[in-house]
Amino acid sequence: MKDRLTRNWIVLAGIWTVLLLAPYWMAPLGGYTALATRVIVLGLAAMSLNFLLGFTGVLSFGHAAWFGLGAYGAGLTLKYLALSTPLAVIAGMLLGGLCGAVLGALLVRRRGVYFAMVTIAFGQVFYYIAFQWSSLTGGDDGLRGFSRQPIDLGLFKLDILSNANSFYYFVLFCFAVVVGAMGFILRSPFGRTMIAIRENERRSRFLGIPVERHIWIAFTLSCFFMASAGALYALVNNFADPRGLHYSQSGDFVMMAVMGGMRSFWGPLLGAAVFVVLQDYLSSITVNWMSFVGLLFVLVVLFFPRGLLGFLQRSKA
Amino acid sequence: MTLLLLFNITNGLIVGAFYVLMALGLSLILNLSNVINFAHGGFLVIGGYIAYTITPYVGFWGALLLAPPLTAIIGLVVERVLIRPLYGRDPLYSLLLTFGLAFMIEDGTRFIWGPQGKPVTIPPFLSAPLSNELFFVTGYRLFMVAVVIVAVALLFVLLRYTRLGIRIRAGTLDLETVAALGINVQMLRSLNFAVGIFLAGLSGVLAAGQLGLEPTMGTGLLMPSFIAIIVGGIGSLPGTLIGGLLIGVASGITAVFFPAASEAVIYVLMAVILLTRPRGLFGEEGMMS
Repeated sequence: MKDRLTRNWIVLAGIWTVLLLAPYWMAPLGGYTALATRVIVLGLAAMSLNFLLGFTGVLSFGHAAWFGLGAYGAGLTLKYLALSTPLAVIAGMLLGGLCGAVLGALLVRRRGVYFAMVTIAFGQVFYYIAFQWSSLTGGDDGLRGFSRQPIDLGLFKLDILSNANSFYYFVLFCFAVVVGAMGFILRSPFGRTMIAIRENERRSRFLGIPVERHIWIAFTLSCFFMASAGALYALVNNFADPRGLHYSQSGDFVMMAVMGGMRSFWGPLLGAAVFVVLQDYLSSITVNWMSFVGLLFVLVVLFFPRGLLGFLQRSKA
Repeated sequence: MTLLLLFNITNGLIVGAFYVLMALGLSLILNLSNVINFAHGGFLVIGGYIAYTITPYVGFWGALLLAPPLTAIIGLVVERVLIRPLYGRDPLYSLLLTFGLAFMIEDGTRFIWGPQGKPVTIPPFLSAPLSNELFFVTGYRLFMVAVVIVAVALLFVLLRYTRLGIRIRAGTLDLETVAALGINVQMLRSLNFAVGIFLAGLSGVLAAGQLGLEPTMGTGLLMPSFIAIIVGGIGSLPGTLIGGLLIGVASGITAVFFPAASEAVIYVLMAVILLTRPRGLFGEEGMMS
């Protein structure tokens, strides 16, 4: 027991060292800081999805909607309301999270594939809104004309707009806050209940756990986390894209979670890293990258269903 | 105005007929095997391109007869090799696999046949309008609707009266018991999948004659088919039939009054129906949980 605890601390320290030093080791390996920022943001999205998928066992295939709403919330705030980066992140998070909370209440009685189907269809609603409401959202071209703003810390200004490293650390800070919240919730009695529902829903119900309410809360929390990732993504690109709400984006997120390992907390981050780097690389060498991404899906499902971390853990055991 | 409305309702019915063919296939596979087949639109495209490729040799009628079974055979191979290992696992995996497959099919057809739209020639007597007044009622459109009606009727006869159909329906209700009665469930799932893909292939051929072919056309039809299933009630094939026609007509009528919302209206319809009747129009209690 004590051994495991120390090992966990070592692993955790290792992960954070790697993340904190990313701008310094990315460059020599042929990467660039902006790529690291994207990995962190998409990794946060995949971890948020996995909060629901891996730890509550609820299959949402429309999570891109909350991601995209977060992005539009942040973008619209910067463009029309206030030139403040923190405010934009909070606004994005609220927009995505609240919409998720309302829809979640409609969905919680569905299970399995049916839940997946209804989430896909409802996710597309937001895609269509973003796509059609051109006067507000820019329609097919996406939302442009805003940019992230320097953060005034009182003593000095953090220039996250032009300095890639400062921006990376700003994103990493947000990442740490959200991931910390996620870890805290998963360790709480509520988090244990989520896992109990995943393992055996009927038994949890017999134990007197209000399953629907727990699933709704987990769904809502997951939407809030997801929307924060979306808001950060809008800041990364200074742009919000309607395709960020599309169900194919949801599929990418699910893939990241599965590829990294759904049963582990950090797995989706690893999955996102592999996915982003691979997609970046494939789209630079071939126009048929879509086929290869599709092939990746098929191969992972058939041969690595437990993901990279699941595979490593099993081969170690 | 009446003419415009009539035009759009006819349009809506025809589009709805496509949704019905797609959605019935999806529904069959979903009900028996618990697989959401994201690649269904891909199979539609394959059916269309097969028709396009063989039309010069066998003519339109030959293509209409041959392309759907050929598509079904491809579907059978896919089911046997890729999807069968996933039965009994978390439905997440079959969903992801077919999702990837849809990517591969879309990109593959683009690679083989090129990104430009391809026309499929239909017999000239079918493409002429039937009357000057109702210019939009071409022979082909009537023909399409007739084919859809025949296909749907045959499907329901198959499910109602043949041994295979009865087994499929029994399996939808309780696959375990069906297996315990000594029926080869693997075979049943394969055949059921093939029937579903056959319908996708058929709609591919019909769509090719009306709209021409593009690698992305399947993805556009996928979401409305999902909604047709949800609106009609998951688990009910007649529900899927009504659902498809309903959303087709609804988007047709909306196109008259508020064109920008013609695609969004089907989502509104879905939301309203799920709010007032959570299991869909014809869904049975318990089928959705």
